[in-house]
Amino acid sequence: MSSLLRGEEMCLAQLFLQSGSAYDCISELGELGLVEFRDLNPNVNSFQRKHVNEIKKCEEMERILGYLLREIKKADISLPESDMNPVSPSPKHIMTIMEQLQRLEVELGEVTRNKEKLQKNLLELTEYTHMLRITRNFVQRSAEREPLQVQYEEFPFLEKDTRMDYSSMQRLGAKLGFISGLIQRAKIEAFERMLWRVCKGYTILSYAEVEEYLEDPDTGEPTKSVVFLISYWGDQIGQKVKKICDCYHCHLYPYPSNNDERNDVVEGLRTRIQDLHTVLHRTEDYLRQVLIKASESVYTWVVQVKKMKAIYYILNLCSFDVTNKCLIAEVWCPVNDIPKLRRALEDGSRKSGATVPSFVNRIPTTDTPPTLIRTNKFTSGFQNIVDAYGVGSYREVNPAPFTIITFPFLFAVMFGDLGHGIIMSLFALWMVRYENNRKLKNTRNEIWNTFFEGRYIILMMGLFSIYTGLIYNDCFSKSLNIFGSGWNVTAMFTAKVWTTEVLKGNNFLTLDPDVTGVFKGPYPFGIDPIWNLASNRLTFLNSYKMKMSVILGIIHMSFGVILSTYNHRYFRKRYNLYLVFLPELLFLLCLFGYLVFMIFYKWLAFTAKDSKLAPSILIHFINMFLMQGDAKQPPEQGKAMEPLYPGQTGLQIFLVVIAVLSVPVLLLGKPVYLRWLQNGGQNRLGMYRGYERVRRNSDEELCLLRSEDMEEGNSHSDPSSSGEHLSKEFNFADEFLHQAIHTIEYCLGCVSNTASYLRLWALSLAHAQLSEVLWAMVMRVGLRMDTALGVVFLVPVFGLFAVLTVSILLVMEGLSAFLHALRLHWVEFQNKFYSGTGVKFCPFSFSLLPSSFEHDGLL
Amino acid sequence: MADQRFAIAMSVMTLFWGIVGGVVPWFIPKGPNRGVIVTMLVLTAVCCYLFWLIAILAQLNPLFGPSLSTDIIWYLNLAWD
Repeated sequence: MSSLLRGEEMCLAQLFLQSGSAYDCISELGELGLVEFRDLNPNVNSFQRKHVNEIKKCEEMERILGYLLREIKKADISLPESDMNPVSPSPKHIMTIMEQLQRLEVELGEVTRNKEKLQKNLLELTEYTHMLRITRNFVQRSAEREPLQVQYEEFPFLEKDTRMDYSSMQRLGAKLGFISGLIQRAKIEAFERMLWRVCKGYTILSYAEVEEYLEDPDTGEPTKSVVFLISYWGDQIGQKVKKICDCYHCHLYPYPSNNDERNDVVEGLRTRIQDLHTVLHRTEDYLRQVLIKASESVYTWVVQVKKMKAIYYILNLCSFDVTNKCLIAEVWCPVNDIPKLRRALEDGSRKSGATVPSFVNRIPTTDTPPTLIRTNKFTSGFQNIVDAYGVGSYREVNPAPFTIITFPFLFAVMFGDLGHGIIMSLFALWMVRYENNRKLKNTRNEIWNTFFEGRYIILMMGLFSIYTGLIYNDCFSKSLNIFGSGWNVTAMFTAKVWTTEVLKGNNFLTLDPDVTGVFKGPYPFGIDPIWNLASNRLTFLNSYKMKMSVILGIIHMSFGVILSTYNHRYFRKRYNLYLVFLPELLFLLCLFGYLVFMIFYKWLAFTAKDSKLAPSILIHFINMFLMQGDAKQPPEQGKAMEPLYPGQTGLQIFLVVIAVLSVPVLLLGKPVYLRWLQNGGQNRLGMYRGYERVRRNSDEELCLLRSEDMEEGNSHSDPSSSGEHLSKEFNFADEFLHQAIHTIEYCLGCVSNTASYLRLWALSLAHAQLSEVLWAMVMRVGLRMDTALGVVFLVPVFGLFAVLTVSILLVMEGLSAFLHALRLHWVEFQNKFYSGTGVKFCPFSFSLLPSSFEHDGLL
Repeated sequence: MADQRFAIAMSVMTLFWGIVGGVVPWFIPKGPNRGVIVTMLVLTAVCCYLFWLIAILAQLNPLFGPSLSTDIIWYLNLAWD
């Protein structure tokens, strides 16, 4: 627990690594994730570091791996799911991997290029086939029309040879040419218009659409094409037509002169297409096999390359010692893990077969170590929300173990609804039950990840909401009557206060608790269910909830102030306890603790009989500051000025005086005391002065002394406690300013933070009202219809009710209450004791390294 | 009768949360998480007990009663007694 309460004790250590075994030692450390490396070469450019070539090689390998992964993804091959964790390769294996990858890349490139060429060929042949088929139809159609034509004497041969072809036209003496090909359907109209404008009647264009989709070689998308046949007279027209065809990117194919030629070409094409299909299939199969074989080992390679790159990066952070044979690395390490670190170095040295083992050495430091707080899957969510405000300073009290309960509790105070709490808990339980399901863990949806990471937080929030929902007696805006209400209506009739005439003459009547038998006692668990039926419900609830918010707030803040004593005692600043903690606590409790006392007193002491005399607490509180009251007020000012209890004025004056006196103590106490320590306390400071002179002579001696201390476990590695005794420059002005700001912040903060806790009332009111509106406007409309149709109507009404409940009341209100509870923790609670100016400990661990491939979705 | 109900409720709740916050922590087995679990139990007991206590004390001496519509009064007169 001490780790979660305060953070681990850290130390700075030096690792002496033999050059031969440095790689393996760092590999071992990466697997364990124990230490954080410091950069010993901060002034060196990243291009001038020692291992920059190796890193370049790693990046080259990553490039090839990325290409491989993309190809594998394109071919829809699934990677074998494995949880294995290959170790980083030794430098010997690196070359093997590099060669394999390069070979694969070359092979893949070749095969892909071949495949593309084959596909292009296939496309051309297919287009040619279509063209021949469709132009035959053109000719056939005109052939069918022939018998209807009048036969002219001059052209008797037309009866026999009724197709348009070169031979007949040549006999006509005209130079007829044909151009045929394919064009994209989108362009055909423009093409036709252009042809007509340019050639004006010297061309005949006929076209028909190809039924099936052909793949466009440039974009790879299926497009529709149109087969066209242009017949023209004259060479110049032919040139123009060819130019226009080029312009429109048509695919032109030679037009056969007669039927036999056409048939031959079609046969030839058919065989060629079949051959091409076979070759293409074989090529695709081969490509697939290559990719499958690569996919078996690509995951291993990715992990190995990633680890290799990380190790070389760390090696770049190290420096050489004077003899140039040994690498020195400086690391931050938790003190409890030093034995583990030693074992890891021994393992690494053994694996690399080095004769001289590497070793570790603790060194003293005045730098502040990073903060490490060990968490498990339950506490990590709460630690994250504390760290989001600020990582704790080294070894100060961590609010997280308390946040585990107080955060869901304050959320539930704002959210309190039994039904909504049950739904939220079930959702969280589902997430927790299936938390080891890979699909849930590894999605890339950011919003889902956020919810999933916080599943334990949501579970706690839901469970507490169930409890507060029971106390608020609010379940989807309806109340439960489990124990029997404490209010009795019949008693009003028995006491003859209400009769049937009274009932007939009024719309609303108020029960009077003063009448005997009307109020039988408070509801034993929560708010009485009769208030749900009352029209003045909010009057009662508002008063209750506001007082509750103030009480909870002041207790929460007092808890925060008390937690600061942990810090004062740990860092050996006992004077803080008397000069800072005590005034703070007195100020808070004398003023606002007294307010809490007054609230409880009024609840307990004033019954319905005194309801006319019941004082307003707020007015008394204000008068306390103005030092009024006790003067005999005339009766018409009445109830507000009567004392709550005898001796009230005297007690209040006493409390105000204490509170006012504690302010200057808070303001001046600490700076004055520290200054007195520096100047005045001769006997205490005398021996440290002598110590200082010694220190100026030999720094190392002091370091040795300190490190001895540390090994004996005497002093804490906290710089400020020892530094404060030895410091030569104690800046009074600095300290005074700091303390003045703290005092003003604290005192004004007490007032404003107490008022800030009223948001507990505000949000719970908003939630209750929204819930009620949703019921009244949606569900009740459906429940009101009492015909048979009403049953059918109720189904969509309930669907709407459910959707609105989840989206507005659960998601929106939930997020809102979450945010406000978080703010209350971050500001009102934590500014009483938490500084949050630390740095988080980021160990060198392979499992924590991000992978760019996972980020791109390739893995 | 009313006092009895109040007394029973008060003692049951105090006893229950007292056990949760004061007795159960002694039975948590020693382990790395003992501190966290004990903190959680104590804080839960304190928060929940305080919340219930505020709710019941606020209703102990009501200074005014609920204002009901006459229809509801008719119904309650007949149904609740």
